[in-house]
Amino acid sequence: MSKLRIRVDQDKCQGHARCKSLAPELFELDEFGNAHEAGDGTVPAGLEDKAWLAQTNCPEIAIEVTEE
Amino acid sequence: MSDSPSASFLPEHPPVTDWVHDFDHTDPVWTDDPFPIWETLRAASPVVHTERFLGCYMPTTYQAVKEIAYDTEHFSSRRVIVRDVRPEISARAPPITSDPPEHKPAKQVLLPPFTPDAMKRLEPRVRAICNELIDEFIADGHCDAAARYTKHIPVRAIAHMLGIPEKDGDLFIKWIHQILELGIKNEEELMNGVREMTGYFMAHLEQRKLQPGDDLISQLLRAKGPGGQPLTDEHVLGSLRLLLIAGIDTTWSAIGSSLWHLARTPADRERLVAEPALIPIAIEEFLRAYSPVTMAREVMKETTISGCPVKAGNMVLLSFPAANRDPAMFPDADKVVIDRKENRHAAFGLGIHRCVGSNLARMEMQVAIEEWLKRIPDFRLDPAGKVTWSEGTVRGPRQLPVLFGKNA
Repeated sequence: MSKLRIRVDQDKCQGHARCKSLAPELFELDEFGNAHEAGDGTVPAGLEDKAWLAQTNCPEIAIEVTEE
Repeated sequence: MSDSPSASFLPEHPPVTDWVHDFDHTDPVWTDDPFPIWETLRAASPVVHTERFLGCYMPTTYQAVKEIAYDTEHFSSRRVIVRDVRPEISARAPPITSDPPEHKPAKQVLLPPFTPDAMKRLEPRVRAICNELIDEFIADGHCDAAARYTKHIPVRAIAHMLGIPEKDGDLFIKWIHQILELGIKNEEELMNGVREMTGYFMAHLEQRKLQPGDDLISQLLRAKGPGGQPLTDEHVLGSLRLLLIAGIDTTWSAIGSSLWHLARTPADRERLVAEPALIPIAIEEFLRAYSPVTMAREVMKETTISGCPVKAGNMVLLSFPAANRDPAMFPDADKVVIDRKENRHAAFGLGIHRCVGSNLARMEMQVAIEEWLKRIPDFRLDPAGKVTWSEGTVRGPRQLPVLFGKNA
Protein backbone atom coordinates (compact mmCIF):
# COMPACT_ATOMS: atom_id res chain seq x y z
CA MET A 1 0.00 0.00 0.00
CA SER A 2 1.28 3.46 -0.85
CA LYS A 3 2.07 5.93 1.90
CA LEU A 4 -0.53 8.57 2.76
CA ARG A 5 0.02 12.15 3.77
CA ILE A 6 -2.59 14.48 5.24
CA ARG A 7 -2.80 18.27 5.35
CA VAL A 8 -5.36 20.54 7.00
CA ASP A 9 -6.13 23.66 4.98
CA GLN A 10 -5.99 26.44 7.60
CA ASP A 11 -8.17 28.74 5.48
CA LYS A 12 -10.96 26.16 5.48
CA CYS A 13 -10.75 24.59 8.96
CA GLN A 14 -13.39 26.04 11.30
CA GLY A 15 -12.63 23.87 14.31
CA HIS A 16 -15.46 21.30 14.11
CA ALA A 17 -12.86 18.84 15.52
CA ARG A 18 -14.45 15.83 13.83
CA CYS A 19 -10.98 14.74 12.66
CA LYS A 20 -9.52 14.83 16.17
CA SER A 21 -12.41 12.73 17.44
CA LEU A 22 -12.15 10.13 14.67
CA ALA A 23 -8.36 9.99 14.27
CA PRO A 24 -6.74 11.45 17.39
CA GLU A 25 -3.30 10.08 16.40
CA LEU A 26 -3.25 12.07 13.16
CA PHE A 27 -4.39 15.54 14.24
CA GLU A 28 -3.59 18.18 16.84
CA LEU A 29 -5.80 21.04 17.95
CA ASP A 30 -4.44 24.51 18.71
CA GLU A 31 -5.62 26.79 21.54
CA PHE A 32 -8.62 27.86 19.42
CA GLY A 33 -9.59 24.28 18.68
CA ASN A 34 -8.54 24.44 15.02
CA ALA A 35 -6.95 21.29 13.59
CA HIS A 36 -3.45 20.73 12.26
CA GLU A 37 -1.90 17.55 10.91
CA ALA A 38 0.32 15.87 13.52
CA GLY A 39 4.02 16.08 12.67
CA ASP A 40 4.69 16.34 8.94
CA GLY A 41 1.34 14.78 8.09
CA THR A 42 2.72 11.35 7.22
CA VAL A 43 0.15 8.70 8.09
CA PRO A 44 1.76 5.79 10.01
CA ALA A 45 1.10 2.33 8.61
CA GLY A 46 -2.18 0.93 9.94
CA LEU A 47 -3.87 4.32 10.32
CA GLU A 48 -4.81 4.77 6.65
CA ASP A 49 -8.50 4.03 7.25
CA LYS A 50 -8.64 6.63 10.00
CA ALA A 51 -7.10 9.23 7.67
CA TRP A 52 -9.83 8.60 5.09
CA LEU A 53 -12.50 8.57 7.80
CA ALA A 54 -11.38 12.00 9.04
CA GLN A 55 -11.31 13.30 5.47
CA THR A 56 -14.83 12.11 4.66
CA ASN A 57 -16.35 13.55 7.84
CA CYS A 58 -14.91 17.07 7.73
CA PRO A 59 -17.87 19.41 7.13
CA GLU A 60 -15.60 22.09 5.63
CA ILE A 61 -13.72 19.69 3.29
CA ALA A 62 -10.54 21.09 4.83
CA ILE A 63 -8.54 17.83 4.91
CA GLU A 64 -6.46 16.72 1.95
CA VAL A 65 -5.21 13.15 1.78
CA THR A 66 -2.53 12.45 -0.84
CA GLU A 67 -0.94 9.16 -1.80
CA GLU A 68 2.84 9.22 -2.19
CA MET B 1 -44.20 50.35 26.22
CA SER B 2 -47.75 50.62 24.89
CA ASP B 3 -50.86 51.16 27.02
CA SER B 4 -52.43 47.91 26.04
CA PRO B 5 -50.43 44.75 26.74
CA SER B 6 -51.96 43.13 23.67
CA ALA B 7 -50.81 45.89 21.30
CA SER B 8 -47.45 44.24 20.73
CA PHE B 9 -49.08 40.97 19.65
CA LEU B 10 -49.00 40.56 15.91
CA PRO B 11 -51.89 38.89 14.11
CA GLU B 12 -51.93 35.10 14.23
CA HIS B 13 -50.46 33.51 11.12
CA PRO B 14 -53.04 32.08 8.72
CA PRO B 15 -52.61 28.33 8.16
CA VAL B 16 -50.37 27.42 5.22
CA THR B 17 -52.04 25.92 2.14
CA ASP B 18 -49.22 26.42 -0.42
CA TRP B 19 -45.90 25.46 1.19
CA VAL B 20 -43.78 26.20 -1.88
CA HIS B 21 -44.84 29.87 -2.21
CA ASP B 22 -46.01 30.64 1.33
CA PHE B 23 -43.92 28.58 3.77
CA ASP B 24 -44.03 29.32 7.50
CA HIS B 25 -41.72 27.59 9.96
CA THR B 26 -44.04 28.52 12.85
CA ASP B 27 -47.04 26.69 11.36
CA PRO B 28 -48.18 23.82 13.60
CA VAL B 29 -47.90 21.35 10.71
CA TRP B 30 -44.20 22.25 10.30
CA THR B 31 -43.62 22.11 14.06
CA ASP B 32 -45.13 18.64 14.27
CA ASP B 33 -43.36 17.05 11.27
CA PRO B 34 -41.22 19.28 9.01
CA PHE B 35 -39.53 16.51 7.03
CA PRO B 36 -42.16 15.93 4.30
CA ILE B 37 -42.49 19.71 3.91
CA TRP B 38 -38.76 20.08 3.25
CA GLU B 39 -39.00 17.30 0.67
CA THR B 40 -41.78 19.17 -1.13
CA LEU B 41 -39.82 22.43 -1.05
CA ARG B 42 -36.61 20.78 -2.25
CA ALA B 43 -38.43 19.15 -5.16
CA ALA B 44 -39.77 22.60 -6.16
CA SER B 45 -36.55 24.64 -6.06
CA PRO B 46 -33.14 24.96 -4.34
CA VAL B 47 -34.40 28.29 -2.96
CA VAL B 48 -38.05 29.05 -2.11
CA HIS B 49 -39.64 32.30 -0.94
CA THR B 50 -42.49 33.41 1.30
CA GLU B 51 -44.07 36.85 1.71
CA ARG B 52 -44.46 36.12 5.41
CA PHE B 53 -41.92 37.57 7.87
CA LEU B 54 -41.70 40.69 5.61
CA GLY B 55 -40.17 38.52 2.90
CA CYS B 56 -38.00 35.46 3.49
CA TYR B 57 -36.10 32.89 1.41
CA MET B 58 -35.27 29.35 2.39
CA PRO B 59 -32.47 27.32 0.75
CA THR B 60 -33.69 23.72 0.59
CA THR B 61 -30.55 21.82 -0.52
CA TYR B 62 -27.24 21.22 1.24
CA GLN B 63 -25.50 23.02 -1.63
CA ALA B 64 -27.67 26.16 -1.40
CA VAL B 65 -27.34 26.29 2.41
CA LYS B 66 -23.57 25.99 2.05
CA GLU B 67 -23.36 28.76 -0.57
CA ILE B 68 -25.21 31.16 1.74
CA ALA B 69 -23.28 30.15 4.88
CA TYR B 70 -19.98 30.85 3.09
CA ASP B 71 -21.11 34.15 1.53
CA THR B 72 -20.71 36.82 4.20
CA GLU B 73 -20.61 39.56 1.55
CA HIS B 74 -24.24 39.25 0.44
CA PHE B 75 -25.65 37.73 3.63
CA SER B 76 -25.37 39.41 7.03
CA SER B 77 -25.68 37.73 10.43
CA ARG B 78 -26.87 40.89 12.14
CA ARG B 79 -30.30 39.26 12.48
CA VAL B 80 -30.14 35.56 13.30
CA ILE B 81 -33.82 34.86 13.94
CA VAL B 82 -36.58 35.11 11.31
CA ARG B 83 -39.41 37.05 12.94
CA ASP B 84 -42.59 38.90 12.03
CA VAL B 85 -40.94 42.26 12.68
CA ARG B 86 -37.51 43.79 12.08
CA PRO B 87 -37.01 46.38 14.79
CA GLU B 88 -33.82 48.44 15.22
CA ILE B 89 -30.93 46.20 16.16
CA SER B 90 -30.21 46.71 19.85
CA ALA B 91 -29.16 43.63 21.81
CA ARG B 92 -26.17 42.25 19.90
CA ALA B 93 -24.65 38.89 20.75
CA PRO B 94 -21.14 38.80 19.27
CA PRO B 95 -19.82 36.81 17.47
CA ILE B 96 -23.04 35.12 16.27
CA THR B 97 -24.52 38.48 15.17
CA SER B 98 -21.18 39.78 13.83
CA ASP B 99 -20.01 39.99 10.22
CA PRO B 100 -16.39 40.27 9.03
CA PRO B 101 -14.14 41.99 9.99
CA GLU B 102 -15.61 42.28 13.54
CA HIS B 103 -16.48 38.59 13.66
CA LYS B 104 -13.05 37.00 13.95
CA PRO B 105 -11.67 38.83 17.01
CA ALA B 106 -15.01 38.42 18.82
CA LYS B 107 -14.94 34.68 18.12
CA GLN B 108 -11.25 34.16 18.98
CA VAL B 109 -11.97 35.34 22.54
CA LEU B 110 -14.63 32.66 23.02
CA LEU B 111 -12.87 29.70 21.40
CA PRO B 112 -10.25 28.69 24.03
CA PRO B 113 -12.79 28.03 26.83
CA PHE B 114 -14.70 25.63 24.52
CA THR B 115 -11.97 23.36 23.11
CA PRO B 116 -12.41 19.58 23.47
CA ASP B 117 -9.74 19.58 26.21
CA ALA B 118 -11.59 22.26 28.18
CA MET B 119 -14.76 20.18 27.85
CA LYS B 120 -12.98 17.11 29.24
CA ARG B 121 -12.42 19.06 32.46
CA LEU B 122 -16.13 19.83 32.68
CA GLU B 123 -17.21 16.27 31.86
CA PRO B 124 -17.19 14.81 35.41
CA ARG B 125 -19.56 17.55 36.62
CA VAL B 126 -21.93 16.89 33.69
CA ARG B 127 -21.86 13.16 34.45
CA ALA B 128 -22.78 13.91 38.05
CA ILE B 129 -25.59 16.28 36.96
CA CYS B 130 -27.09 13.54 34.77
CA ASN B 131 -27.04 11.05 37.62
CA GLU B 132 -28.50 13.52 40.11
CA LEU B 133 -31.40 14.07 37.70
CA ILE B 134 -31.94 10.34 37.08
CA ASP B 135 -31.91 9.68 40.84
CA GLU B 136 -34.98 11.89 41.15
CA PHE B 137 -37.25 9.82 38.87
CA ILE B 138 -35.77 6.36 38.29
CA ALA B 139 -37.88 4.69 40.99
CA ASP B 140 -41.12 5.95 39.40
CA GLY B 141 -40.83 3.81 36.25
CA HIS B 142 -41.97 6.74 34.12
CA CYS B 143 -41.10 10.38 33.53
CA ASP B 144 -41.31 13.26 31.11
CA ALA B 145 -37.70 12.99 29.92
CA ALA B 146 -37.79 16.54 28.50
CA ALA B 147 -39.03 18.19 31.68
CA ARG B 148 -37.08 16.02 34.14
CA TYR B 149 -33.82 15.30 32.27
CA THR B 150 -32.82 16.86 28.94
CA LYS B 151 -33.93 20.38 29.86
CA HIS B 152 -31.73 20.68 32.93
CA ILE B 153 -28.42 19.27 31.69
CA PRO B 154 -27.22 22.18 29.50
CA VAL B 155 -28.59 24.80 31.90
CA ARG B 156 -26.68 23.38 34.84
CA ALA B 157 -23.53 22.78 32.77
CA ILE B 158 -23.44 26.38 31.56
CA ALA B 159 -24.25 27.74 35.01
CA HIS B 160 -21.32 25.69 36.31
CA MET B 161 -19.02 27.13 33.61
CA LEU B 162 -20.13 30.68 34.41
CA GLY B 163 -19.74 30.22 38.16
CA ILE B 164 -23.44 30.89 38.74
CA PRO B 165 -25.68 28.85 41.10
CA GLU B 166 -27.04 25.88 39.14
CA LYS B 167 -30.47 26.51 40.68
CA ASP B 168 -30.69 29.79 38.70
CA GLY B 169 -31.17 27.57 35.68
CA ASP B 170 -34.94 27.98 35.91
CA LEU B 171 -34.53 31.70 35.24
CA PHE B 172 -32.44 30.92 32.14
CA ILE B 173 -35.15 28.59 30.87
CA LYS B 174 -37.79 31.32 31.26
CA TRP B 175 -35.72 33.93 29.37
CA ILE B 176 -34.97 31.53 26.55
CA HIS B 177 -38.65 30.74 26.13
CA GLN B 178 -39.45 34.48 26.03
CA ILE B 179 -36.72 35.29 23.52
CA LEU B 180 -36.71 32.31 21.17
CA GLU B 181 -40.33 31.17 21.12
CA LEU B 182 -42.67 33.94 22.30
CA GLY B 183 -40.34 36.59 20.83
CA ILE B 184 -40.98 35.54 17.21
CA LYS B 185 -44.44 37.07 17.42
CA ASN B 186 -44.30 39.22 20.57
CA GLU B 187 -41.73 42.02 20.80
CA GLU B 188 -42.64 42.86 24.40
CA GLU B 189 -41.95 39.34 25.69
CA LEU B 190 -38.62 39.38 23.89
CA MET B 191 -37.57 42.74 25.33
CA ASN B 192 -38.62 41.70 28.86
CA GLY B 193 -36.52 38.56 28.57
CA VAL B 194 -33.49 40.47 27.29
CA ARG B 195 -33.85 43.17 29.98
CA GLU B 196 -34.06 40.71 32.87
CA MET B 197 -31.17 38.67 31.56
CA THR B 198 -29.00 41.76 31.13
CA GLY B 199 -29.73 42.95 34.68
CA TYR B 200 -28.92 39.54 36.09
CA PHE B 201 -25.60 39.26 34.29
CA MET B 202 -24.62 42.88 34.99
CA ALA B 203 -24.80 42.09 38.72
CA HIS B 204 -22.51 39.07 38.19
CA LEU B 205 -20.10 41.18 36.14
CA GLU B 206 -19.78 43.74 38.91
CA GLN B 207 -19.27 40.98 41.45
CA ARG B 208 -16.49 39.33 39.36
CA LYS B 209 -14.73 42.67 38.95
CA LEU B 210 -14.44 42.81 42.74
CA GLN B 211 -13.71 39.09 43.21
CA PRO B 212 -12.34 37.50 40.04
CA GLY B 213 -12.38 33.70 39.82
CA ASP B 214 -11.67 30.92 37.31
CA ASP B 215 -15.16 30.95 35.84
CA LEU B 216 -15.98 31.96 32.28
CA ILE B 217 -17.32 35.41 33.24
CA SER B 218 -14.01 36.23 34.94
CA GLN B 219 -12.12 34.85 31.93
CA LEU B 220 -14.08 37.11 29.58
CA LEU B 221 -13.42 40.12 31.80
CA ARG B 222 -9.68 39.32 31.66
CA ALA B 223 -9.69 38.70 27.88
CA LYS B 224 -8.23 41.25 25.48
CA GLY B 225 -10.09 42.45 22.42
CA PRO B 226 -8.60 43.19 18.98
CA GLY B 227 -6.59 46.30 20.00
CA GLY B 228 -5.26 44.69 23.17
CA GLN B 229 -7.96 46.51 25.16
CA PRO B 230 -10.20 44.66 27.60
CA LEU B 231 -13.67 43.88 26.23
CA THR B 232 -16.37 46.39 27.04
CA ASP B 233 -19.10 45.39 29.49
CA GLU B 234 -21.56 45.51 26.60
CA HIS B 235 -19.43 43.03 24.65
CA VAL B 236 -19.13 40.65 27.61
CA LEU B 237 -22.88 40.90 28.25
CA GLY B 238 -23.55 40.21 24.57
CA SER B 239 -21.39 37.10 24.63
CA LEU B 240 -23.08 35.86 27.81
CA ARG B 241 -26.45 36.45 26.16
CA LEU B 242 -25.22 34.36 23.27
CA LEU B 243 -24.01 31.49 25.47
CA LEU B 244 -27.35 31.30 27.18
CA ILE B 245 -29.53 31.69 24.11
CA ALA B 246 -27.43 29.43 21.91
CA GLY B 247 -26.20 26.92 24.45
CA ILE B 248 -29.26 25.72 26.23
CA ASP B 249 -32.43 24.80 24.38
CA THR B 250 -30.27 23.70 21.43
CA THR B 251 -28.51 20.96 23.37
CA TRP B 252 -31.62 20.17 25.38
CA SER B 253 -33.34 19.60 22.02
CA ALA B 254 -30.51 17.47 20.66
CA ILE B 255 -30.44 15.21 23.72
CA GLY B 256 -34.25 15.00 23.65
CA SER B 257 -34.44 14.02 19.97
CA SER B 258 -31.80 11.35 20.55
CA LEU B 259 -33.77 9.85 23.45
CA TRP B 260 -37.00 10.12 21.42
CA HIS B 261 -35.36 8.13 18.62
CA LEU B 262 -34.01 5.51 21.02
CA ALA B 263 -37.36 5.19 22.81
CA ARG B 264 -39.03 4.17 19.55
CA THR B 265 -36.17 2.19 17.96
CA PRO B 266 -35.36 -0.84 20.13
CA ALA B 267 -32.74 -2.21 17.71
CA ASP B 268 -30.64 0.98 17.90
CA ARG B 269 -31.10 1.21 21.67
CA GLU B 270 -30.00 -2.39 22.22
CA ARG B 271 -27.00 -1.93 19.97
CA LEU B 272 -25.80 1.18 21.84
CA VAL B 273 -26.28 -0.55 25.19
CA ALA B 274 -24.18 -3.46 23.91
CA GLU B 275 -21.62 -1.26 22.10
CA PRO B 276 -21.24 2.00 24.04
CA ALA B 277 -18.13 2.83 21.98
CA LEU B 278 -20.49 3.48 19.08
CA ILE B 279 -22.32 6.27 20.96
CA PRO B 280 -20.16 9.16 19.62
CA ILE B 281 -20.77 8.03 16.02
CA ALA B 282 -24.50 7.56 16.68
CA ILE B 283 -24.63 11.07 18.14
CA GLU B 284 -23.30 12.52 14.89
CA GLU B 285 -26.13 10.73 13.09
CA PHE B 286 -28.73 12.04 15.56
CA LEU B 287 -27.26 15.52 15.00
CA ARG B 288 -27.67 15.04 11.25
CA ALA B 289 -31.14 13.53 11.22
CA TYR B 290 -32.63 15.68 14.01
CA SER B 291 -30.54 18.85 13.77
CA PRO B 292 -32.09 21.26 16.24
CA VAL B 293 -30.86 24.62 14.98
CA THR B 294 -32.10 26.75 12.09
CA MET B 295 -30.26 30.05 11.70
CA ALA B 296 -31.04 33.17 9.70
CA ARG B 297 -29.33 35.71 7.50
CA GLU B 298 -30.41 39.04 6.04
CA VAL B 299 -29.83 39.62 2.31
CA MET B 300 -27.71 42.79 1.97
CA LYS B 301 -27.06 42.75 -1.79
CA GLU B 302 -28.77 41.05 -4.71
CA THR B 303 -27.11 37.82 -5.78
CA THR B 304 -27.78 34.32 -7.12
CA ILE B 305 -27.86 31.11 -5.06
CA SER B 306 -27.88 27.75 -6.87
CA GLY B 307 -29.13 29.64 -9.94
CA CYS B 308 -31.97 31.38 -8.07
CA PRO B 309 -32.06 35.18 -7.81
CA VAL B 310 -32.07 36.50 -4.23
CA LYS B 311 -33.03 40.12 -3.50
CA ALA B 312 -31.84 42.49 -0.79
CA GLY B 313 -34.21 43.32 2.06
CA ASN B 314 -35.39 39.74 2.53
CA MET B 315 -34.45 37.45 5.38
CA VAL B 316 -33.13 33.91 4.84
CA LEU B 317 -34.23 30.93 6.90
CA LEU B 318 -30.90 29.07 6.93
CA SER B 319 -32.09 25.56 7.58
CA PHE B 320 -29.15 23.34 8.47
CA PRO B 321 -31.73 20.68 9.45
CA ALA B 322 -33.16 20.63 5.91
CA ALA B 323 -29.64 20.57 4.39
CA ASN B 324 -28.88 17.52 6.49
CA ARG B 325 -31.85 15.65 5.00
CA ASP B 326 -30.80 16.31 1.38
CA PRO B 327 -30.53 12.94 -0.42
CA ALA B 328 -28.07 14.46 -2.91
CA MET B 329 -25.61 14.78 -0.01
CA PHE B 330 -26.57 11.85 2.23
CA PRO B 331 -27.60 8.43 0.87
CA ASP B 332 -30.75 7.24 2.68
CA ALA B 333 -31.04 10.75 4.09
CA ASP B 334 -34.36 9.96 5.77
CA LYS B 335 -33.02 6.86 7.51
CA VAL B 336 -31.21 7.05 10.83
CA VAL B 337 -28.07 4.93 10.35
CA ILE B 338 -26.32 4.98 13.73
CA ASP B 339 -23.01 3.75 12.28
CA ARG B 340 -23.02 6.02 9.21
CA LYS B 341 -19.44 6.20 7.93
CA GLU B 342 -19.46 9.43 5.91
CA ASN B 343 -21.26 12.22 7.68
CA ARG B 344 -20.34 15.79 6.79
CA HIS B 345 -23.47 17.07 8.50
CA ALA B 346 -23.93 20.78 9.05
CA ALA B 347 -25.77 20.68 12.38
CA PHE B 348 -23.28 23.16 13.87
CA GLY B 349 -23.26 25.35 10.77
CA LEU B 350 -20.69 25.76 8.02
CA GLY B 351 -18.05 28.45 7.56
CA ILE B 352 -16.99 31.17 9.97
CA HIS B 353 -20.08 30.91 12.18
CA ARG B 354 -19.45 27.28 13.19
CA CYS B 355 -21.11 26.92 16.59
CA VAL B 356 -18.60 27.97 19.25
CA GLY B 357 -20.18 25.51 21.69
CA SER B 358 -20.13 22.46 19.45
CA ASN B 359 -17.59 20.64 21.63
CA LEU B 360 -19.70 21.38 24.71
CA ALA B 361 -22.88 20.18 23.00
CA ARG B 362 -21.21 16.95 21.82
CA MET B 363 -19.81 16.23 25.27
CA GLU B 364 -23.19 16.87 26.94
CA MET B 365 -25.00 14.66 24.40
CA GLN B 366 -22.53 11.84 24.78
CA VAL B 367 -22.56 11.92 28.58
CA ALA B 368 -26.35 12.32 28.76
CA ILE B 369 -26.97 9.32 26.48
CA GLU B 370 -24.27 7.18 28.11
CA GLU B 371 -25.55 7.75 31.64
CA TRP B 372 -29.21 7.29 30.63
CA LEU B 373 -28.49 4.00 28.83
CA LYS B 374 -26.37 2.71 31.73
CA ARG B 375 -29.20 3.21 34.20
CA ILE B 376 -32.27 2.96 31.95
CA PRO B 377 -31.30 0.58 29.14
CA ASP B 378 -34.89 -0.37 28.38
CA PHE B 379 -37.47 2.37 27.81
CA ARG B 380 -40.25 3.32 25.42
CA LEU B 381 -42.62 6.17 24.66
CA ASP B 382 -45.62 6.28 26.98
CA PRO B 383 -48.64 5.52 24.75
CA ALA B 384 -50.87 7.43 27.19
CA GLY B 385 -48.78 10.60 26.87
CA LYS B 386 -48.09 13.01 24.03
CA VAL B 387 -44.75 14.10 22.58
CA THR B 388 -44.73 17.82 21.75
CA TRP B 389 -42.10 19.78 19.78
CA SER B 390 -40.85 23.34 20.19
CA GLU B 391 -41.87 25.94 17.64
CA GLY B 392 -39.61 28.01 15.43
CA THR B 393 -35.85 28.29 15.37
CA VAL B 394 -34.81 25.40 17.59
CA ARG B 395 -36.50 22.03 17.22
CA GLY B 396 -36.69 19.38 19.91
CA PRO B 397 -39.14 17.56 22.16
CA ARG B 398 -40.63 19.73 24.91
CA GLN B 399 -42.71 16.86 26.36
CA LEU B 400 -41.26 13.38 26.13
CA PRO B 401 -43.21 10.94 28.29
CA VAL B 402 -41.41 7.59 28.60
CA LEU B 403 -41.91 4.33 30.50
CA PHE B 404 -39.11 2.19 31.93
CA GLY B 405 -38.17 -0.12 34.81
CA LYS B 406 -41.31 -1.85 36.08
CA ASN B 407 -43.29 -0.33 33.16
CA ALA B 408 -40.84 -1.13 30.34
